[in-house]
Amino acid sequence: MEILLEGVGYSYAEDTPFEKRALTDVDLHIPSGSYTAIIGHTGSGKSTILQHLNALLKPTEGVVTIGDRKIEAGVKAKDLRKIRRQVGIVFQFPEQQLFDETVLKDIMFGPLNFGVPAEEAERRARELVVQLGLPEDVLEKSPFDLSGGQMRRVAIAGVLAMEPEVLVLDEPTAGLDPRGRQEIMDLFHELHLTKKLTTILVTHSMEDAARYADRVAIMHKGRCVVTGEPAAIFSNEEQLGDYSLQPPRSVQFQRDFEKRTGLLLDSVSLTEEALAKNIAAALSKGSDDR
Amino acid sequence: MNLDILSFENVTFTYDTEDGTVLPAVAKVSFAIQPGEWVALVGHNGSGKSTIAKLMNGLLFPQEGSVKVMGHTMSEETLWNIRSQMGMVFQNPDNQFVGATVQDDVAFALENNGVPHAEMVERVHEALHQVKMADYKDHEPHHLSGGQKQRVAIAGALAMRPKLLILDEATSMLDPQGRMEVIETIRRLRESTGLTVISITHDLEEAALAGRMIVMNEGHKHVEGAPKDVFKRGDELTGMGLDLPFAMRMTHLLQEAGVGLQEEHMTEDKLVDELWKYYSKA
Repeated sequence: MEILLEGVGYSYAEDTPFEKRALTDVDLHIPSGSYTAIIGHTGSGKSTILQHLNALLKPTEGVVTIGDRKIEAGVKAKDLRKIRRQVGIVFQFPEQQLFDETVLKDIMFGPLNFGVPAEEAERRARELVVQLGLPEDVLEKSPFDLSGGQMRRVAIAGVLAMEPEVLVLDEPTAGLDPRGRQEIMDLFHELHLTKKLTTILVTHSMEDAARYADRVAIMHKGRCVVTGEPAAIFSNEEQLGDYSLQPPRSVQFQRDFEKRTGLLLDSVSLTEEALAKNIAAALSKGSDDR
Repeated sequence: MNLDILSFENVTFTYDTEDGTVLPAVAKVSFAIQPGEWVALVGHNGSGKSTIAKLMNGLLFPQEGSVKVMGHTMSEETLWNIRSQMGMVFQNPDNQFVGATVQDDVAFALENNGVPHAEMVERVHEALHQVKMADYKDHEPHHLSGGQKQRVAIAGALAMRPKLLILDEATSMLDPQGRMEVIETIRRLRESTGLTVISITHDLEEAALAGRMIVMNEGHKHVEGAPKDVFKRGDELTGMGLDLPFAMRMTHLLQEAGVGLQEEHMTEDKLVDELWKYYSKA
């Protein structure tokens, strides 16, 4: 499902003395089936954009088009249920939103609310628990008896249970241990591919943006200043610096290596694996050439 | 004579769960921290780290064994006295502000403890200075960045002149820059004051800076030692859901890609060095 932001502006507490502008003239095209990473320094407007993607916030200027629905500034938007079902948002620290007596009930809550029959909702919950790497006996437990990492997975299952077409992820792995982080990011990537989702990842991790995304948008002071492919975005260190961002660690190391040895790698190394291969290739080519 | 600033002796703690499962969150854990040390307590989610933090400051009491702080066994009676000597900074910077301005916030605990006004002003000033937030004393805490908030929280702890500072995942909610700010602050504080620091974290880059690491796994103490020795256990750590510093991960990946590196490197500089030597010799 495609999402299009055209000339979108947003001010919190508009027309009050507390008015605070968060977004200015944002144009952003998220093609159907793309994996878009939105990066930017703290306070750049990332979280405000995210809330426009399923009409939790309505623009105070411009138009947001979500699939075939238009949300326009100044026009009252009715019946947003369909959008809310189609666009699932995994907020930061989603485990804070767990509330039900058992994990099963908590995961089923969303689908039931959207009219999915109980039997089907339960089937989805059982399947998701396994997919998220939780033990099956977790379903009958209270979500509050679980560890932090398990609670996170339950909360994510609750969003996935609605079978959204667009999945919006706001720092989904913050606070998880390294393995948990990788497992969850890999799972989102797999779902993105197998369910042909449109995925939007809001993140501080340049490493995740470089590894998983096929498009990157940079937010700066409430504006979307650059969009492009990860290789182009992350090889332009000067531009990243202008927006107080750093390239992923693998790219930083690539530059250090290139400076020290005078060897240039074939391409920008978006992952550690790519970096290792590029360095190995450059070293063997370098010694052949002499 | 016991010189430990904090020690766990054979500590076991099990939570009550509704379904009656009994798996101890912390099982027979012993360790001791000496004055002036910087110790990183690391482990995967659910390894028992948070429970240990709660046992350290008396939010929980051990069901077996004992927790001693500066020679006193932690109990309902000693709790308040012990807490006044330890500062704690928690994970979420937004959940620990009470003051309307930065300096009010730092002064809060002092006020509660009846510190005279003149001394309070001095201590607040000193603490904010130590974390380089003195310029922000009249700002509202909520308008600060995450890293700045945590530095203010550290100042609040420092104003009480604690013997021990405990950071419970204090960097895990911060962006990379905020994380750097906080780590830099701790490093500076340690250099200038020799404060004892325990950081509970799963950021292995942060742990690598500590003098000693204690690795928790499934409620047990798995290993402890200097970071460079602990990291030698490579796959064992990754198998437990932990990570290795970037330079070590790269060393392994390069070896797999056929680059014959001789050493394991903890820092990027040293790895680039060896790659350069490797290239010049080839």
